[in-house]
Amino acid sequence: MNLADLIRRPPQWRRSGGPMSDVVFSSRVRLARNLAGMPFLTRCTETQLSEVAGLLRGALMRLSMGGETLYVDLAATDAVDRQLLVERHLISKQLAETDIPRGVAIAGDETVAVMVNEEDHLRVQVLRGGLRLDACYGEIRRLDEMLEGQLSFAFSSRFGYLTACPTNVGTGLRVSVMMHLPALRLTGKLETALRAARDMHLAVRGLYGEGTEALGDMFQLSNQVTLGRSEEQIVADFRDEVVPVFIDYERQARKALLEHRRMALHDKVHRALAVLRSARLISSEEALQLLSYVRLGLSLEILDGLGVEDINELGLVVQPAHLQKLYDKRMSSAERAEARAALLRQRLGGQGAVD
Amino acid sequence: MNCDKCGKKATIHLTEIVDGQKIERHLCEDCAAAEGLTVKAQFPLGKLLEGLLVQSLAEHELGELRCEVCGMTFLEFRKQRLLGCPNDYQVFEQVLVPLLERAHAGGSYHTGKIPLDAAEAEQRQNELLRLRGMLKEAVAREDYERAAELRDRIKELEGS
Repeated sequence: MNLADLIRRPPQWRRSGGPMSDVVFSSRVRLARNLAGMPFLTRCTETQLSEVAGLLRGALMRLSMGGETLYVDLAATDAVDRQLLVERHLISKQLAETDIPRGVAIAGDETVAVMVNEEDHLRVQVLRGGLRLDACYGEIRRLDEMLEGQLSFAFSSRFGYLTACPTNVGTGLRVSVMMHLPALRLTGKLETALRAARDMHLAVRGLYGEGTEALGDMFQLSNQVTLGRSEEQIVADFRDEVVPVFIDYERQARKALLEHRRMALHDKVHRALAVLRSARLISSEEALQLLSYVRLGLSLEILDGLGVEDINELGLVVQPAHLQKLYDKRMSSAERAEARAALLRQRLGGQGAVD
Repeated sequence: MNCDKCGKKATIHLTEIVDGQKIERHLCEDCAAAEGLTVKAQFPLGKLLEGLLVQSLAEHELGELRCEVCGMTFLEFRKQRLLGCPNDYQVFEQVLVPLLERAHAGGSYHTGKIPLDAAEAEQRQNELLRLRGMLKEAVAREDYERAAELRDRIKELEGS
């Protein structure tokens, strides 16, 4: 398997929906680990970085993950392919952009991705569609134990698993959900909800993690506390105390829109679809925002005849690297705007699908 | 470009489509956060670290904290916000604990999963770190005989 095989189709988890998928787009769990007896990345020499990458590549290829494992050496991968992996949430922007020896091991079904030499030697992540935190944690625990059979991780009895940044130390566990919150934004309740999230010791981020914009009304909520609580406590608190609250906020806001601003909501949704079906030039920000309204419209049964899984897929393929891969050429931002609009018209059965 | 709302330097640039009209907006981080458009880092580690200086040790004492294994000083840690090696957690323990307590809602003791061979692994890890530090020095002073010896011992320990 190579990168080209992997990216020909969108990941299955993204299409399959899953529990609570009207609001929870995906669940993600990640572990940070470092090799025992090796400096953290900022203090590794070039030779040590290569040594770490080589050692971990070997260990990861021996691991059984979902489907065949693909290891991508990022130092030997061009920028569009790296960007494509970012768009698919398989690597972070940071890993895409540095120039040290580094890589990522990806499960064939894309539910597992293990970054090598990101901020820590290892960043293991498990992804699933909808609200499936227990399944994610179960799988990551299995992977962690299998890795520990082959490798020794930096650990102290006081501080737990040791990480380059003290904000990850202890369990090294970050649990997160990507939530689709259009109604909270439309009703002006978003900031209140996000402030509540911060009061609950949660981090709120945009679509592509730290320091990124909240495109298409997608927000990533995750725990901040990794020390002083067990993995099970962290997962259970997040699953039972945090996520239901935000699902409820969003559902209430949707209900309020339907009750009090019905026509305005219908108008927004139908206009969004109309623009997507007839635009000749469209940026990815605008496309993602309009797809967000369409997704909302489908979930509230304002629209029918379209599958939410197709809308989820479009949310991925309209992004710059995916678009360039699809058309198999480098495109300027203006060329992409035109290609993106054509793709959307074609996929959504719009007017003049072929100009 | 300045923020549409408060006139500070704008760092967030957005294009919104309202009723078919394209509206460009330029906001500073604070105003964007206030609208829920972007989100600031939750625990500004830098701020926590600066605060700690006042309450723990005097600046010159902190300046003297240095990890023998990786060479990291506390002042460097404060600047780059990342530690250099596992041993730093011991060297900087005194200043790290209050920081950890603030970042982890009071927690500073690990209560989660432990590796199967925790005790042995911890010992081996410290030994390996020490040897790697010595290796780096040996290479720096071009003592290749010593370096080869150290490399063998590291290999041996890694394999065990």
